[in-house]
Amino acid sequence: MVAPIIRIDNITKRYGPLTVLDGLSMEVLPGEKLALIGPSGSGKTTILRILMTLEAISGGHIEVDGDQLYHIPKNGSLAPADDRHLHRMREKIGMVFQHFNLFPHKCVLDNVTLAPMLTKGVARAAAEKRAMELLDMVGMADKAKSMPAQLSGGQKQRVAIARALALSPKIMLFDEVTSALDPELVEEVLNVMRKLAVETDMTMLLVTHEMGFAHDFADRILFFDRGKIVEEGKPDEIFRNPKQERTQTFLRKIIAAGHRV
Amino acid sequence: MTDWPGYIGLILQGALVTLELTVLGSVLALVMAFVAGLGRVSRFLAVRALATTYIEFFRGTSIFVQLFWVYFVLPFAGVTLSPLQAGVLALGLNVGAYGAEVVRGAVKAIGREQREACIALNLSRYQSMRYVILPQALPLMLPTFCNNAIELLKGTAVVSLISLTDMTFQAQVVRAQTGSTLVPFATILVLYFLMALAISYGMRWLERRVTRGLDGVRT
Repeated sequence: MVAPIIRIDNITKRYGPLTVLDGLSMEVLPGEKLALIGPSGSGKTTILRILMTLEAISGGHIEVDGDQLYHIPKNGSLAPADDRHLHRMREKIGMVFQHFNLFPHKCVLDNVTLAPMLTKGVARAAAEKRAMELLDMVGMADKAKSMPAQLSGGQKQRVAIARALALSPKIMLFDEVTSALDPELVEEVLNVMRKLAVETDMTMLLVTHEMGFAHDFADRILFFDRGKIVEEGKPDEIFRNPKQERTQTFLRKIIAAGHRV
Repeated sequence: MTDWPGYIGLILQGALVTLELTVLGSVLALVMAFVAGLGRVSRFLAVRALATTYIEFFRGTSIFVQLFWVYFVLPFAGVTLSPLQAGVLALGLNVGAYGAEVVRGAVKAIGREQREACIALNLSRYQSMRYVILPQALPLMLPTFCNNAIELLKGTAVVSLISLTDMTFQAQVVRAQTGSTLVPFATILVLYFLMALAISYGMRWLERRVTRGLDGVRT
């Protein structure tokens, strides 16, 4: 039995009076490709943001790759993590955002090399060599000297994927990475992700509204509603034969809206 | 017969003092603007409080009073400054307080998404500020910095009150000695205007330089 790489234990997340996640527990195995689906506001994006330490948790524990994410052991119990611990934990995790968040003042190549050079002390020549390999993999090597403003949304997102990969994280988080794209640009980004799934053994967590892609890509689907996992299972079980009524309603609406499954 | 070339020369000497005050004052103002402006967005309460106090104090009191304090009151505390030092200190601290709010506003204007990208890429706070936030915030600061620099140039006239022989001081001298009001004051009017124009053009050039690439045209 392989130990999970992510173990989320009874976490809650509140914004003032609003409870977004309510006693949520889940586990992710190393190398697993997981798709999180569900209506907006169901808490699926919040989970990715918590794993990337962009949002603090209000309660509970998270273990990533054998270490507590938000806590450090102290005198036999757990104390809140300090900056140094978070810095160390973030090395294991990378994230791709809905709106790309590229650095507009840096060319494509510099976007990819900046973090390895600053956080890992990689020399420029080595960082650029690795960046060009990654840009080649996402099909953006010929745009290495372009500025982000000169790229299409799909191209920007492919650069953002290369940028996250440059730090060689064990876990990659994809937060609605095709939601901000024109329909004809979605496929080029999805193709890159398919390639990643085949060529690497990275653990990948994906929040998406692309049900067809989730079906083909994921080993396991989690259906979220109101801060809880309502149903989980293999893609075929969830999409062909959902057991919970809320899952059925959600999928019906998605199909009615024109998304293919 | 009035010796006009000599008197104009006197005003030009004053113009050099004005120029010196403007340049040195701007350098101090720039340093203070960044120190206090970044202090305002610090995560430490004490640093924020200190920066806020500085900004509110120097924006909220008159440059005249500040200058008199620096020049006439500080000596009682054992700090005696030359008129030039006093002028640079008062002008720099005063304009720096305005500049600090410009720095803060520009840094705040770089949105959450950029900061989150920095966290996801594991950059430290310093690295995020130095390599991601400030390079994008700088172009936003420049137009207002230009205003501040011109304000500082015009503000230098107050140092004539502490017997510093700047352009305005020399114009008063020339007026007293020649009895002519029009010539000295018209001269300094034109000179102030030309200096302000030079600042304006310099800043526009700088702005074009730092925004290069951001509009999607890499040169």
